[in-house]
Amino acid sequence: MDKIIKGKIFVLGDNIDTDQIIPAEHLVYSLSDPEESKNYGKHALSGVPLSKAGLPAGGIPFIKNGSSESEYNIVIAGSNFGCGSSREHAPFALKVAGVKAVIAESYARIFYRNSVDGGFIIPYESIQKINDSISTGDEIEIDLMNNTLKHIESGKSFNLRPLGDILPIIEAGNIFEYARKSGMMG
Amino acid sequence: MGMTITEKILAKASGKAKVEPGENVWLNVDILMTHDVCGPPTISIWKREFGGDAKIWDKDKLVIFPDHYIFTKNPQANRNVEILREFARQYDIENYYDAGTDRYKGVCHIALAEEGYNIPGTILFGTDSHTCTSGAFGMFSTGVGNTDAAFILGTGKIWEKIPESMKFVFHGKLPSFLTAKDLILRILGDITTDGATYRAMEFDGEAVFSLSVDERMTLTNMAIEAGAMNGIIAADSVIENYVHERTNKPYEIFNSDNDAKYRQVYEYDVSGMEPFVAKPHSPDNLDTVRNVQGTKLTKCYIGSCTGGKLSDFVSAAKLLFGNKAAVPTFVVPASTAVANQLEIETINGISLKEIFENAGCVIAQSSCAACLGGPMDTIGRAVDGETIISTTNRNFPGRMGSKKAAVYLASPLTVAASAITGVITDPRDFF
Repeated sequence: MDKIIKGKIFVLGDNIDTDQIIPAEHLVYSLSDPEESKNYGKHALSGVPLSKAGLPAGGIPFIKNGSSESEYNIVIAGSNFGCGSSREHAPFALKVAGVKAVIAESYARIFYRNSVDGGFIIPYESIQKINDSISTGDEIEIDLMNNTLKHIESGKSFNLRPLGDILPIIEAGNIFEYARKSGMMG
Repeated sequence: MGMTITEKILAKASGKAKVEPGENVWLNVDILMTHDVCGPPTISIWKREFGGDAKIWDKDKLVIFPDHYIFTKNPQANRNVEILREFARQYDIENYYDAGTDRYKGVCHIALAEEGYNIPGTILFGTDSHTCTSGAFGMFSTGVGNTDAAFILGTGKIWEKIPESMKFVFHGKLPSFLTAKDLILRILGDITTDGATYRAMEFDGEAVFSLSVDERMTLTNMAIEAGAMNGIIAADSVIENYVHERTNKPYEIFNSDNDAKYRQVYEYDVSGMEPFVAKPHSPDNLDTVRNVQGTKLTKCYIGSCTGGKLSDFVSAAKLLFGNKAAVPTFVVPASTAVANQLEIETINGISLKEIFENAGCVIAQSSCAACLGGPMDTIGRAVDGETIISTTNRNFPGRMGSKKAAVYLASPLTVAASAITGVITDPRDFF
């Protein structure tokens, strides 16, 4: 597990559901074929109405020019991120697009589990609302040892909720590695 | 301190005498359900993690319903069904209901009930968020992703955090112009789309127990729209009779203790309620139908696990009887059994199917269809800036296809009334 995640942020609002993260018409591609699975990166966050993509200004596509990777590797959002369907294709799509972590005020249960158990992204919860005080394109640094987020330009620091029960699964890599380590799987 | 029905079932499945909210437990799973969208990646993860000679923990407990992208020419979607078919053949999966055969059932949540997989007191996990539907049978059921499903497929176990419970009590007699859909939309308006995140939603009260099995499933189905882990209604004689007609499997009925602890209890009197809609673009964007009546529509849609059950079509047919739909109206039976019932069930001697045909509705084959948009050739899919009223469960941006479309969620009565006039219409205008 990385101790520090540094990068450029993409800011979203509340209730970003899984249809916005990866619209249902794209759920046909293989997730195991490395080449075909790039389609998930290509369409990641393509369901977000453009005016609400890349806040506060909006109008910023997460993926540009048909690429399968985004220039943003951290997503900052409001409450109830990942609500809606159970599709694991959602955290998978973010991972393929290059996202390492999401920081939201809260998550929907299935998205949260999928992110952790599948080892796709780290779903951090912010203690205070932060998606209204930083902008898409800003550089930040997440310190996973101290559970803090540092805004590089202003030097401002925000506390994140410790990962708690899920930390051992994140450290192991995914639910299978965790189960092997703890002797639950052969 | 007593336990809620959800706590009792989870305690039993984790081999404990007592569990408390917040505690993480490992559950023994009774049924794992998957479908064509999440089945292939689940199988692929299972093979990756358990190796070439991977064994299914108990193949009689695995149920597979292709149901999402069935009637499409999309080659990758067709390939996914082919992967399921080959898997079922290779591992001799008896509970596989193949598309293109007489065994095809349609939407998994309704087929689970019809085929006798919903058993009071048991644990069901499925790779679909609306797996919570089965909670109408006094059982614990919830949705998971592919990884968790692959873990279950290999081990028969999964971890879960014991949820806090919220109780929703509906008192009184339900007026004939209301359905369970109005009740659940009302709850969503009150508690919002994250009002029950990680919690159990328990439904109670005489109005709930007066509902048919179909209607109870509408309540538990949309528990996920409030973020709930599960929705649940204690099993009564109505459920017992339904189960007895379908299976001999043993079951156990649990009820919440009188001193069980709830995070919150909401009480409603249904006799004074009126028809509701969820306005674009969220299931919690509640309003009365009266407040939005007259909104011009381009399409009406009656279908899905939420609003494509027999009771939904009986409601819709009552209003559409002898009338013509003023806008394109899609009738999508959730399951093939429901589709067959449309030909058998009659109103004044005319079958529901004929009533819909006479009204000019398009009757589509059973599947998830346009509820979640789907491939571009999906019947009823939202295009451009349409305004749609639908009996389905979600109206987030782009859910039914086009991001520009505005979708209103409502009861089958409200959708049928609106189909007749072409504008959003209160069903009371037809009573």
